[in-house]
Amino acid sequence: MKEIWTITRRELQAYFDSLMAYILLILFLGFSGFFTWIYGSDIFFVKQANLQVFFSIAYWTLFFFIPALTMRLLSEENRSGTIELLLTKPISEWQVIVAKFLAALLLIVAALALTTPYYITVSSLGNIDNGAVFSGYLALILVSGMYIAIGLFTSSITNNQIVAYLLALSIGIFFQIIFQMLSSNLTGIAGGVTDYLSINSHFESMTRGVIDSRDLIYFLSVIVLGLVFSESMLMKKRSV
Amino acid sequence: MDIVIENMTKTYGRQKAVDNISLQVKTGEILGFLGPNGAGKTTTMKAITSFLIPDSGKIFIGNISVNDNPQEAKKNIGYLPENNPLYEDMPVIDYLQFCARIEGIAKDKINDKVREVIQTCGISREKHKKISELSKGYKQRVGLAQALIHDPEVLILDEPTTGLDPNQIIEIRELIKKIGKEKTVILSSHILAEVEATCDRIVIIKKGKIVADGTVEELRSQAQGNETLKVTIEDGGLDEIFKALQLLNTVELVDFVDKSTQTFQVKSKPGQSSRRDVFNLCVEKGWTLTQLTFIETRLEDIFYELTLDN
Ligand SMILES: Nc1ncnc2c1ncn2[C@@H]1O[C@H](COP(=O)(O)OP(=O)(O)O)[C@@H](O)[C@H]1O
Ligand SMILES: [Mg+2]
Repeated sequence: MKEIWTITRRELQAYFDSLMAYILLILFLGFSGFFTWIYGSDIFFVKQANLQVFFSIAYWTLFFFIPALTMRLLSEENRSGTIELLLTKPISEWQVIVAKFLAALLLIVAALALTTPYYITVSSLGNIDNGAVFSGYLALILVSGMYIAIGLFTSSITNNQIVAYLLALSIGIFFQIIFQMLSSNLTGIAGGVTDYLSINSHFESMTRGVIDSRDLIYFLSVIVLGLVFSESMLMKKRSV
Repeated sequence: MDIVIENMTKTYGRQKAVDNISLQVKTGEILGFLGPNGAGKTTTMKAITSFLIPDSGKIFIGNISVNDNPQEAKKNIGYLPENNPLYEDMPVIDYLQFCARIEGIAKDKINDKVREVIQTCGISREKHKKISELSKGYKQRVGLAQALIHDPEVLILDEPTTGLDPNQIIEIRELIKKIGKEKTVILSSHILAEVEATCDRIVIIKKGKIVADGTVEELRSQAQGNETLKVTIEDGGLDEIFKALQLLNTVELVDFVDKSTQTFQVKSKPGQSSRRDVFNLCVEKGWTLTQLTFIETRLEDIFYELTLDN
């Protein structure tokens, strides 16, 4: 556990040293703030004391931002050869993967924590459903975890950051859009499966305040799968 | 702590990079792992550090099997990989602290340990610089420092002086010798002078196989074999001299080196010297001996011969 935290800390430090963290925080707050408060169907227009608008804006913003956060994590280690140094220290592949996952997740959690002024403002507009706020934020964290796991995996299969970004985005599009489109065109089992695979239904019900174990299992399994695949990519390099 | 490799083989695709090698390195020994590019040095070292899993064979660090218990084995190894990869955008001191933490050094000892390796490797003045700002020689020192941070009993150094300038090479060599006194060290190189200057023992590897193993002196005497002389004789017919030399009791083989100057290469019989006979022959025949020198087999020639493609 101590080793994981050591690597996580180094990754977080690297995020801040490379200004990546600041860029992400500013862009994330800027985008979500702009669309939530100023543009189009903003909260004042909707005149409801909830964070639905913010949640769906954040949902899309994270979809594009997270691959940028994860693209470097393993591709750069593989490209520069530092992965060899890391893995010849007394730590396992799994620890490396989990540590990097946590670093990106913590940064997202920090970005989300900085949106508490949104919550405070909205709650002053009327009676807010705190349960829905909590489960909405939880949903955002789970979606982030899912995209981080996917991004970590694509970062493990290439030495090129841009390729890692685009691959992560391509895989993400399936969960974000394609499965949903398919499910509305398909019937029977195929329709059910694609509907379950699509993030939308899981995410939306959580932002409305419903925490179902089926949704949690969905997010956690994609996360675990992404991490396990990334781990096996690291292991594979050792027995070429 | 000894390093033991037993019948290790590693294949990439269809190419055997390391072919059934066995090797033992004793505690306190600095072993020079010598071979041309592509001989399999890096592959072997990666297997020792458990970064590569060999197809077959066993590797032990002390009593710990690298295959069965890599985490435990790695604790005893300091490794400087080929090309010295480092987190370039970290300051030296942060990087070494990071390495110390990963090695599991107790919190209250970390600063002392870092200070110690910074001193040993002579990087005090650069410790606050970013690694990317350092010269190649200083980067190499940082690479050594991270390998030494947990005071490992075994050091694996893959081409530690490649790409350095002559002064840096000498400094790094001195450093390795100093550190190597109490440790088991394997140092790879494709340059003979390198291992000759630093190592107690040399193992030569070629196309994944070990072709020679011994101290510098052992290798030299092994290859030396018979005495070989270079002889120039004037005032006589070329063929006549050639035949006469060949008839000498102590001579095994005569060869022309340069017909215009009448220079010959004379190989004596095993354990014998033909110098007196050559001189007396000239006196007897009234020829003039203008050159009589030893041809020494240099270690380079041995290396060259052993690793020559045939
Ligand atoms: N990852 C790899 N994939 C395929 N072949 C490799 C790989 N690494 C090394 N080789 C080949 O294995 C042989 C031994 O390489 P290496 O151990 O790096 O030699 P050395 O370090 O002595 O120069 C070389 O012929 C090299 O081309
Ligand atoms: Mg090599």
